[in-house]
Amino acid sequence: MDVRTTTKGRALTVRLRGELDHYAAREAILAVERALDAALPSSLTMDFGDVTFMDSSGIAVAMRAMRRMAALGGTSALVNVPPQAKRVFDAAGILCAAKEETT
Amino acid sequence: MKVKPNNYIALEFLSRSANEGFARTAVAAFAAQLDPTLEELGDIKTAVSEAVTNAIVHAYPDTLGKISLRASIFDGILLEIVVRDKGRGIADIARARQPLYTTGGEERSGMGFTIMESFMDSLVVRSEPGKGTVVTMKRKIARRGTKL
Repeated sequence: MDVRTTTKGRALTVRLRGELDHYAAREAILAVERALDAALPSSLTMDFGDVTFMDSSGIAVAMRAMRRMAALGGTSALVNVPPQAKRVFDAAGILCAAKEETT
Repeated sequence: MKVKPNNYIALEFLSRSANEGFARTAVAAFAAQLDPTLEELGDIKTAVSEAVTNAIVHAYPDTLGKISLRASIFDGILLEIVVRDKGRGIADIARARQPLYTTGGEERSGMGFTIMESFMDSLVVRSEPGKGTVVTMKRKIARRGTKL
């Protein structure tokens, strides 16, 4: 799992890449926490565009970040979510924006 | 009478988190002979990942143990996946199956069983404290172009 972060003003974008399972979750959670601590952003965008597989571990990663943003009084969004990961978020009732088909 | 499967695989692996990817990929490769859609394949991989992760996190919390996984095909269309451990077991299965209930700490969402339930046609959990847990999941894979 590879986590890349970019900050523009008070907007933080976190890009996740690879397989997001329990094996990868701890590292992903720590990377997102570190980025949130450093940026203290008013908005967080989590980009799942390069996530090739995700199970409920991804829910834990996203929920933790979203709770943290709520505590900071900011907003958060999950974007570019591929179909397989979207089915997992949908099953948990978590709103997310689907990845656009590029065919 | 016990019905014989058309085909099966049986795996055994150590309850290391690094094996989650191996387990779901192996089952997906086995299920490929049913010609599943990408969505069906994704559902199967996700459900296997949840069952195996549960065994790794909950069955053997402070130790390493054996997890066995068997995937079988019945009637040419029914995929059955059995994940078995000899770990500490689940005292209250109904509670464990509730959405958002977890004893797994902040890395877990408590959604594992909910996802297995919604992605598979059936989910049966049998467990005995101190003896282990057996999770049995079934999913019909309709061959494309054929009607069930």
